[in-house]
Formats: sequence, C-alpha cells, structure tokens
Amino acid sequence: MVPLEWYIYLSAVVFAIGVFGFLTRRNIIIMFMSIELMLNAVNISLISFSHYLQDLRGQVLTFFVITVAAAEAAIGLAIIIALFRNKATAHVDEVTEMKG
Amino acid sequence: MLPKVFFAYFSVMITILSLLVITRRNPVHSILFMLGLFFHIAALYVFLNAEFIAAIQVIVYAGAILVLFLFVVMMLNLREEMLERRYIGAWPVGALLSVTILFSLFSALKVIPQGPAGRYGIEAIKSETHTAALGKILYTEYLFPFEVASVVLLVAIIGAIVLAKKRIKT
Amino acid sequence: MKLYQLIPFLPLAAFVVNILLGKRLFGKQAHWPAVLAVVASWVISVITMRDVIGGAVINEDLYTWVLSAGLRVPVGFLIDPLTAVMLIVVTTVSSLVHIYSIGYMHGDKGYYRFFSYLSLFTFSMLMLVMSNNFLQLYFGWEAVGLCSYFLIGFWYEKKSASDAGKKAFIVNRFGDFGFGLGVIMIFLTFGTLYYQPVFDGMGGIAERSINVLGYDVNLVTLIALLLFCGAVGKSAQMPLHVWLPDAMEGPTPVSALIHAATMVTAGVFMVVRCNAIFSLSHTAMNVVAITGGVTALFAATIALVQNDIKRIVAYSTISQLGYMFLATGVGAYAAGIFHLYTHAFFKALLFLGAGSVMHAMAGELNIQKMGGLKKYMPWTYWTFLLASLSIAGVPGLAGFFSKDEILWRAYSGGPTGRFIWVLATATAILTAFYSFRVVFLAFHGKFRGTHEQEHHLHESPKAMTIPLALLAIGAVAAGWVGIPPLVGEMFGVEHSDWFGEFLAPVVGHPHGEGTHGEEWMVMFISIIGGLLGIGAAALFYLKRTDIPVRLGSVFRAPYRVLWNKYYVDELYSRIIVRPTFWIAKNVIVAVTDGKIIEGIVNGVPKAIGGFGEVLRRVQTGFVHHYAIVMALGLLAITLALLW
Repeated sequence: MVPLEWYIYLSAVVFAIGVFGFLTRRNIIIMFMSIELMLNAVNISLISFSHYLQDLRGQVLTFFVITVAAAEAAIGLAIIIALFRNKATAHVDEVTEMKG
Repeated sequence: MLPKVFFAYFSVMITILSLLVITRRNPVHSILFMLGLFFHIAALYVFLNAEFIAAIQVIVYAGAILVLFLFVVMMLNLREEMLERRYIGAWPVGALLSVTILFSLFSALKVIPQGPAGRYGIEAIKSETHTAALGKILYTEYLFPFEVASVVLLVAIIGAIVLAKKRIKT
Repeated sequence: MKLYQLIPFLPLAAFVVNILLGKRLFGKQAHWPAVLAVVASWVISVITMRDVIGGAVINEDLYTWVLSAGLRVPVGFLIDPLTAVMLIVVTTVSSLVHIYSIGYMHGDKGYYRFFSYLSLFTFSMLMLVMSNNFLQLYFGWEAVGLCSYFLIGFWYEKKSASDAGKKAFIVNRFGDFGFGLGVIMIFLTFGTLYYQPVFDGMGGIAERSINVLGYDVNLVTLIALLLFCGAVGKSAQMPLHVWLPDAMEGPTPVSALIHAATMVTAGVFMVVRCNAIFSLSHTAMNVVAITGGVTALFAATIALVQNDIKRIVAYSTISQLGYMFLATGVGAYAAGIFHLYTHAFFKALLFLGAGSVMHAMAGELNIQKMGGLKKYMPWTYWTFLLASLSIAGVPGLAGFFSKDEILWRAYSGGPTGRFIWVLATATAILTAFYSFRVVFLAFHGKFRGTHEQEHHLHESPKAMTIPLALLAIGAVAAGWVGIPPLVGEMFGVEHSDWFGEFLAPVVGHPHGEGTHGEEWMVMFISIIGGLLGIGAAALFYLKRTDIPVRLGSVFRAPYRVLWNKYYVDELYSRIIVRPTFWIAKNVIVAVTDGKIIEGIVNGVPKAIGGFGEVLRRVQTGFVHHYAIVMALGLLAITLALLW
C-alpha cells in the first residue's frame, strides 16, 4: 500500500512547480497553464484523501474544481483574446496600463 | 510492491512533465507536455479507485481545456515568441517563494491530523459502480452546489462570447 | 379639556389654520378664524373672571412637558385673581385690535399672515400669564418676543422694518439672558420650577448668600435682580428701552396690542407674580423702583420734542411702564397691576387713534404736518381726547385713579419712595403736557399739510371706529373698580378699592404709613400738576405758538439732546454694535471660519489625497508583482495555520 503522505508530497511538489511557473514566466498562456497545474495538484490531494478516508466527498469537490477550472479557463482565454486585440502582445510585463 | 512501483513511475513522470510544461520556450510544446501530464494524472486517479473522475479529467481537461489553449496559442506569432526572454527579470524571487511554499507544505503535513473515516469503502464503491456512487451523493447531498456549478458554466459561456466577440465596425 | 384651557388653545388653532390655509382658503376673509377664536377666548375669560370673583382658584397641570432626572416641568395653568385680571386685559385688547385690523390692514398682501401672527401672539401671551411654572413663563416670554419680531418686521421688504424687528429681538435677548440665569438659579436653589413651592420656600432662604466671583451676594437679591433683567428688556426700561420706539415700524394695531397693552406689560406681570421673591430683598425693590422712576422721567422728557405721532405714544408707553415698575418697587403690587389694566385701555386707544389719523393722512406721521383734524374725524378726535384726559390724570377718569394710587403709595413708602414720588410727579406734569401737545397740534388749529392730503381726509371705517369707542368706555370707566377708600367714603361706599382687595390674596397689602391729610395733599398736587401740563400745552400750541419756537432756539443744546433721545442709540452703536460687527468680520469670518474650519474642511481631503498618493505606489501595473504578493499571502496563511 502506498502511504497517504507520498500522494500529499507529490501534490505539494506539483503545486510548488505551478507557483514557480506562475510567478516567473512572461508568456500569459504559460501562466494560465501554471494555474491549471496548481488546480490539478489540489485535485490529486483531494482524490487521495478521499481514497484513504473512504469518503466520497473529496471526489465531489474534485468534480466541482474541474468544473470551475473549465469555466475559468474559458473566460480567461476570452480575456486574453481581447487583450491580444488591443495590445498585440502576449507578454504580461509589457501590459502596465493599470499602473497607479 | 507493485503499487509502489506504479506510483513511483507516475509520480516521477508527473513531476518531470510539470517541470517541462513551465520551462519550454515554445508554447505548443508546453501544451503537449501538459497533455501527457493530464493522462498520467488520470491514470493516478484510476489507481485511486476514482474512475469517473479520471474520465472527467481526460474529457474536460485534456479534451476541452487544452484544445482551448491551443486555439489561443494559434494567435501568437511563434517565430517571434521563440526569440523572447522566457522568465521575468526577478525570477529568483519567484523561485525562492515557491521553494518556501514547498517546504512549508511539507512541514504542514506533519502537523495536520487526519480526519475520521467515512462510509464509502472500496468495496462499497465497487458494489455499485463508482459513477453510480458519485451520482447518488451528488444529486442528494450536494444538489445545490451542483446547480450552482451549472450556473457558473452558463456564466462562463456567456462571458466568453461577450468578451471575445468581434466588434462589427459600422 | 376644561373650559379655561380653551383660552390659549383657540388662538393657537386659529394660528395653525391661518398660516397653513389662510392664503388659499380664506384670502380676504382670513380674519374670521382669528377674530372668532380671540372673541371666544374673551368670552371664556369673562366666565373665568366671574368664577374667580366667586372664589375659585385653579392650579392644574395639563400634561408633563419635561421629565428628566430631577427636573419636572408641566404644561400647567394657574388661575388666580392676578391671572384673571391679565386674561381680561389681554383678551379684551386683543379682540378689539383684531376687529380694528380688519379695517386697517384691508388690502394688504400679507393679510392672512398678519392675522395668523396676531393669533400666535395672543396664544403666547396667554400661555405666559396662565403659566404655573417658570419654564412655561419663559416659553411664553420668548414666544411673545418672537411674535413681536414677526409683527414689527411684518412689512419685511422695508429695510427699516426688518432692522427694527431684529433690534427688538436682540435687545430683548440681553434681558432674557439675565432672566434665564434667574430661572436657573431658582432651579438650583429649589430643585423645582413650579411657582408655589418656590414662593413658599422663599422665606426659608431669605438669609442665604452665595459666592459670586469672590463676592458674597444675598441669594434672594441675586435671583430677583436676574429676573428683573428680563423685565427691563421686555418692558423697555432703561437701559434696554431702545427697541420700543423703533418697533413703531410695525403696523399700528401691532403697536397697540403688543407695545402698549400686553407684551411690554409682561415684565410688570412677572415682577408682581414673583412678589414673594422681590418683597424679601430691599435692594432689589429699590433697584426696581429707581429704574422705573428714572425711566418714567427720562422717557417723558424725550416725548416732549418728538414729532412722529407714534413715537410720542411709544415714549409715553415707556414712561407709563416706568410708573408700573415704580409702584411694584415700593411694594404696591396691586397699584402696579391696576395701572397696567387702565393703561391698556387708554394706551391702546391712543395707538389705534394714531392709526386712524395715519389712515386718513395716507401714512403721514409728522404731527407738525397735521392740524384741525377734529372736524374731519370726530369719532377719532373724541376718543383720542378722552384717552389723553385719562393719561393726564384728570379726576374721574380711569388714569386718574390708577396714577393717584401709585403716587400715594410712592409717597407713603419710605424715604426711597419719597424721592421716587418727586420723579413721578414731575413725570405726570410732563405726561399731561406732551399728550395734549399731540391733541392740540394734530386735531386743533389749521391744517398744515398738503392739498392732496386735505382732500383725502375722512373718518375711518366702522371696523376701526367701533373698537375706538369701546376702548374709550374702558379709558373712562375702567378705573372705577379701584377708587381709593379716601374718595369712596365721601360717597358713602365702603371698600371702594375693590381691585386692591381682589388682588390681595396674591400680592398682599402694601405697607407704608401716611395720614389722610397727606393723601389728600398728594391727590391735589397730582391734579394740579395735570392741569398745569394741559394748560401749558394749550398756551404753547393753541394761543402763543411762537413760544415753542423761541424756546427751541434759545435752549438749542438741550433741545438737540432731547431730540436725539439722549444719544443712547448712538452710544450703543459705538460701544456694542460696531465692535460686534468688527469682531464678526475680522475674527469670526477671517480666523475661525476662514482659517480653522476651512482649514479642516480643506485639510482633511488634502490629507486623504496625500495618503492616497503614497498608497497608490503599490499598484505598479505589473501582474507579476501582484502574483508575488498573492504567493506571499498564501505563505503567510500556511505559516499562520502551522503555528
């Protein structure tokens, strides 16, 4: 049997990798993918808890997380498209209109 | 023994793939690696007796969200993109922060106690299929969040259309 | 609701009706609610007087107005002989003035407003006299001042009228400040504001003294003097008399009602009501008597040389109020109220008569421009003549009995009284003189005005002459209820001083000794003085009209002083008014308003803006910076949960 802690370590590692990507990449699309990475890390931990505690509630929550991630990705990408139309750049550090 | 081997394979692959996702210069490569990542995560879910969630993971994430990403990536000029810098100037700060978060999460593990066991053991799930079990709990106890989730998706649909549609110049 | 409670509330209802609906609903008929209400109040007052004569005394609370910690103040009514007399005076004169105003204010565009203010004033005055506690008295006091302001400045578009209204209110405020302090002292001493406990308890604290700014002052004297401050302001005694002549800017019915018969007499009423307080302090009594006597003489001298008919009557009022105060000052409270009662009749009559003359002369006030009016307006002439005879103290008329009573009480009231008596007698001579100066200059001789004015001369309408006639009856006969026993015994009537006996339960009997011989002497001196004044006026203004002109040119400086009213207004302007304006302009507006308040009002937004300027540096516009902050927040939460 795989101990529960190993799953949680895995989830933490993936989450940290996602944080790194989110904080450091310039390309907006890669930043979005890092967000999805973080969400998946959370899903892993939820499912593993659900399995080890023999409760289905973790999986229900995962279900909802996936749903919300989908919705968020759709809207976020729509915003990126709107951004592209106006600024013609995909790099976040060139978009400083909201300064001040 | 065997479960540990499988788990080792999956976890190593997941880690390597996620690192690859965030470090590629070419966004299309990132997306492809992400696809691999999702498949491995789905396999991990199957490993944990959550087949339905695994299926959902592949269908929604790999099938829908990544395709969405790919469409948006098509708008970029890839040739120019390859020549740009990848990381922001202050990337060590980000690295430090993420490592700190990692270690804090690790130490959290030692402190957080485990909760009480629930009713759905592996046998109970296997007796009625996982889908049925999930469905039963989703439509009775968690009906309200389920309906709210559907409204969220509706908002996403409408929002995406409103935000991204082309303005017709009159 | 008891019957007597309707007395003030009917005029109040008339006020509400008229002020809200008067313009639309009643228009030219706006006088009906007011007149009906005040006449109804008069009828109830007469009924109440009959009850009080029969011995009834009412002291009841209607409801509790203030109930807070140690202070309990009701809306309450006290009806005793003193109140009953005041009720008759107020409602009678008010009713007659209301009826007179129907004719006088005819066609004025503020017709409904005038009647609503008259009703409000009547309500306020009635609440003042019917009160059974000091706070309600103060309420009525302030309310009549407010109505006076409204009515003096009735034609508010005229600057002199609105200025006069302000002057009246502000000068009154000086007096009311002292009055308010007096009421507070009473509360601090007794813990209650009801009349009865305070008056009963006065004897107990007669010896007490309190320390004011390092000096030990007798408490009763202090309270009495503070209360008297209010009377000085309200009743236009020196030095706060300056508002009354200017108040003549208001319509004449207002002058008759407020500045002759009712509001200005509130001060006298208050002193008499508080006789329990004043009687215990010789100092206060002397102050009252001397103030009254000096004011009487002072005002009479000014009236000698004025040419504005209303102003002469105004100074006459100040002078007669001085008489009332000097009576109360020597302890003859009943005599003071008696003079208040007779004075209401003949003074209101003089004012309304002056109004009638103005009406005929199309607003002309200068008596030098009148003359020979008696053949054009007989009713006005005869009533005016009767009023002047009454005020001059011709025997048999009302004014004679009340004035004589005061002179006798002054004479027999001790050494201060003797001195006051001299002042009062001199004033009586002057009073007769200037009253008849008006009669002879305005009504006798040849008309000295312009041709158009002569064509316009006519007798006033019935609505104006009937009140004149009714008041004339009062001016003649009102004094017959207070005939001194000296005279009454001549006609075989015992207890002829019915008025004094009626008020005795409230005010006691005046002390003072004097023989019958002295009483006759005083009476003869006053009769001779009156006749002297009339004779001198006849000489100066009928026979030898050159004498006043010659006297004026010989005694030029005294003439100028009198003409300018002893320059009191100019003195006040220099000492008080101009410094106040200077302070207002240079201190309040410039510093307090300009620097401090504007500083805060402008400074606070500026500070917030500056703070915001600093804070907005956080919004750099870089998404990564925001992301780093988010990650830091996550870290912080995790660590917080761990430890």
